[in-house]
Formats: sequence, structure tokens, C-alpha cells
Amino acid sequence: MNPKRKPRPATDRNFKADKLLLFSVSGLTFLLLLLPILVLIGYGISARGWEGLPDSATILKAILLSFASTSAVIGLTALLGTPLAYVLSRCQFAGKHIVSLFIELPIVMPPAVAGLALLLTFGRRGFIGSLLSDAGIIIPFSIAAVIIAQFFISAPFYIRSAQTGFSGIPPEVEDAACVDGASGWRLFWHIILPVAWRALASGLILSWARALGEFGATILFAGNLPGRTQTMPLLVYTVFERDINAAIWTGLILVVLALIALSLSQWFARAQDRLT
Amino acid sequence: MPGPYGMRPARLLTAISLFLAAALAAYGQSAESLTIYAASSLTDAFEQLTAAFGKQHPNAEIVINFASSSTLAAQLIAGAPADVFASAAETPMSLVTDSQRIGEKTVKVFARNQLALIAPADNPADIHALQDLANENVLLVLAVAGAPIRTYADAMLAALNDEYGADFSQRVLDNLVSEESNVRQVTARVALGEADAAIVYQTDAAAEIGESLITIPIDPSFNQTASYPIAALSDSPSSALAAMFIEFVLSDEGQMILRAYGFCSPDIIDVDALTEAAPAPTSEVDDESQAKTAPCH
Repeated sequence: MNPKRKPRPATDRNFKADKLLLFSVSGLTFLLLLLPILVLIGYGISARGWEGLPDSATILKAILLSFASTSAVIGLTALLGTPLAYVLSRCQFAGKHIVSLFIELPIVMPPAVAGLALLLTFGRRGFIGSLLSDAGIIIPFSIAAVIIAQFFISAPFYIRSAQTGFSGIPPEVEDAACVDGASGWRLFWHIILPVAWRALASGLILSWARALGEFGATILFAGNLPGRTQTMPLLVYTVFERDINAAIWTGLILVVLALIALSLSQWFARAQDRLT
Repeated sequence: MPGPYGMRPARLLTAISLFLAAALAAYGQSAESLTIYAASSLTDAFEQLTAAFGKQHPNAEIVINFASSSTLAAQLIAGAPADVFASAAETPMSLVTDSQRIGEKTVKVFARNQLALIAPADNPADIHALQDLANENVLLVLAVAGAPIRTYADAMLAALNDEYGADFSQRVLDNLVSEESNVRQVTARVALGEADAAIVYQTDAAAEIGESLITIPIDPSFNQTASYPIAALSDSPSSALAAMFIEFVLSDEGQMILRAYGFCSPDIIDVDALTEAAPAPTSEVDDESQAKTAPCH
């Protein structure tokens, strides 16, 4: 729709009615998205769910594990995802669309399916896992499995965002730098990163939030044991089996963390928009 | 003015509304529905039971929600719409009767089950008795605390402390690598070869035996007996159908199906005698066919 289009005077009344409809539908949709969170908080307060919370040691273990694994995931994502995103934004090659499709597939793939795929690949009898198992390395039921599951599910968010960020840099800038004799590494560090870092940061935070909330792939691939593979979302699910009110409170901790991450991510994204 | 995809916005809206209306109509069309909440260990048996029941009631639309009994109880207490609840233990059922959604008097025990120790067919950790669960580097998987199978397994391990030393159950739990949310997922871990051993119901083991699993005999004096209670929800919108289904489960035909999947008859053993830790009265197993398909002590 063209926003500059002026309504014709004859349809002014219709336009007002349309506007009313537009705002009421928007309001309803917003409410629909907000309501479950509000109810979650309200229910949690009224049912005094904090009294049934699992002991603080279990919660602390889950929070620490979540932060340890997601930190590792972020490091891995930045290290492994950045070159890939750069290649995708700069190079043209046959089958690029197919490559992009498969990179973004985990975003839409049901996480349980991803967990099953990981198990069949890295499990003790899996494609690669059986070789590792011969060497005495067992990945499932370890923090390595948690990290792999979270990376698999969350890295595409970063790659997509970084790709957009790199594409925003005119190739002439890089060409000019090359003419001036900048090496690949210096080009990245002094030219590309200062321009694209907000897109990278925003993508990285989004990835982090997705990794923090990862449940399906983790529980299928890594299992569920307090202190070893039980991240915050797995704890919420486990607590739900016993006490729904306590699960609400455990869940609210996660909601607050996700909210902080998302606002940071949006802030970086807005900063990038202003820049380009 | 055609939109960007060559379709007028009004037409697009109409199409979406029609699609939604059709979806809603299809959803609400069912004649009489019966929603059954059943313990995971009942998966195969209840699929067969509902298929047989469905033949007698072709108009009924039967939906089963399988999960750990404790999860089902939590969902029911939170108000989930259901007609029948079949639990793998008394505790989840009593949680629901406490919440007034099921009348305490209406609860009936329809089956019993026993525990089995399972390992992958190639038995990578060399498990030959319950005692071996405390060996080093055994990857043990159990259900999550609160799930009936975990309660029964913990009770068995505690009973074994007298036999193998006071720290036996702790040494076994040190080998725990994952707590799965229901018994079917526990079985799957072993069947996939990811875990070395697990304690499940004999009925779960039965489905996979010979293929990917082996069972290791458990000394009957330490084995636990699981009782399966069933009841209709008092606010069930299809209460007549719910009552008929429960009657069918308790009927000879229903019991035959349960027996075929390895469940024991509800009245085959004296539970009180068992809970008093008395030796199981094996003489009471008089039905030979039962003894063959389901070793119920």
C-alpha cells in the first residue's frame, strides 16, 4: 500500500471505519499475544507458587548450566557462523539458494526432529557417534550434547542477521580498502566489523535467547539430569510434572531473562538501522 | 485494485475466513467424543483397547493423551478437558480425586504390572543382575521423580540396600545419566543403545524384546507391583460413553487385551501381602496362559 495516498473525500467516512477496524484488530492481536504472559504472572502470584519451587541448589545448577552452555554456543556461533555469513553475503555460487535453505531449516524445523537427527548422528550408535564411542567419547548425556543441540537450533538466527549486516556494506568500501593494501584479516577487523557489528551483536543476542530457551532438541539428544544436562527449560518441564505453580515461577525467571535479551537485541538492531 | 499477489485484499480476507470457518466446523463436527488420559506404559494396550471399543461404538471419536501419570494428573488438576483417566499408580489418581474432578468411590483398579531390568541387546555394560547397576561406568536411565515408574524403581532400590549394602541405591543413582519424562522414553533410550540399563515395566520391555532389548530377571522378593486405577471424570461431557469404556476395560474382552500386552489381572495377587514385603504367593498364579505371557508373582 502507498502510505502517501490521500483518501478521497467521498470515502472519508469509510476510511474512518477502516481505521477503527484496523486499530481494534491490532489491539486484540496484541492482547492475545500479551495475555498468556500476564496470566502466567498473575496466576503465579495468586497461587503462591514460589513456595513449591525446587530447592535453590537445583535452580542454581540449571541457571549455571544454561549460562555455561549458551556462552559456549555464542562463542562457537560467532567463530563458525561469521565466515559462513560473509561467504553467503559476498559470493555467488551455484546452489547458493539450496545452501541458504538448509542453513535456515533449523529455524522452522520442529526441535524434537532436530534432536532425533542429532541423536542418530552423534549418538553412541550414530553415524559419527559410533566412531567417537570407539575412541571412548560419548556425547549424549553430556554438556557437549547440550551445546551441540543449542548450536544447531540457534546458529541460523545469527547467520541470517550477520548476512544482512554484511550485505549492507557497499563492496566498493572493501575494494577501496584492498587497493590500499589491507589484508583479509585487517579488512574484517578495521572496515567490516566497525560497520556491521550491531547486526552481528543483534543476531548473536537473538541466537543466545533461542539457545537459552531450547528444549526439544536438548531433552531428546542430551537427556535430562540436574547439574549435568538439565538446563532452565528442562527444569521448568520437570517441575511441571510435580507442581504446576512452581513450574510457573521457574518459567518466569526464564521469561525475564529472555525479555532482557530481546530488548538488547532490538536496541542493537535499531542502532544498526540508524547507521545504514 | 489487485494486491501485490494479484488477489484483491477483500478476496484474500474472505478466503482466510472461509478456511478458518471450515477448520472450526471440521473440529466441532465430531459426533460424540471420548478423551482418555492414559499412562505411557498403557500405550500399546490402550491403542488396541480403544480400537476394539471403537468397533462397538463406531460413532464415537476416541482421542488418547499418553504421558507420565504425574503429568496427566497435573494437566487434569489444571482443568484439562477429559473423560477418562487411567493412571499407573494410586498417587496421581488420588491427586485428581483430591481436586474433586474424580469421585473417590468411582476409582477401580483394572490391571497390575511389575518391574523389569532392561539392557540393549548387545549388553555393552555387561548387566546380569540388579547388583551390576552399581558398577562403574554404567549409563543408567530412569524416569523423572514423580513419575510412577520412578517411585516403584526407587522403592525397589531402597529394598535392595539391605541386600547389597546401605549405600547401594546411592551408588546406583550415581550412574544416572538422564531422567526421562515418562517410561516409554526411558525404554527408547535403551532400545536406541544410548543407555546401558534402565528399570521399566515388564510390559514396556515385552514390546521390544528380542529386537533391541534384553530383560534381566529381577528377584521376585524385591520386585514391586504397580496398580493401575481407572475412573471417569465427574465433569465429563460424555459420561455415558466414559462409563461404557471403563466397563469394557474391566470386561473379559478388555482384560484379555491387557493380558496379551503383559499386564496382570487386577485381582491376581494380594497387594497388601506384597506391600508387607511378604514373599510373593506364587501358588496364586493358577491361570497357566497368564503365567506364560505375564510372569505375575
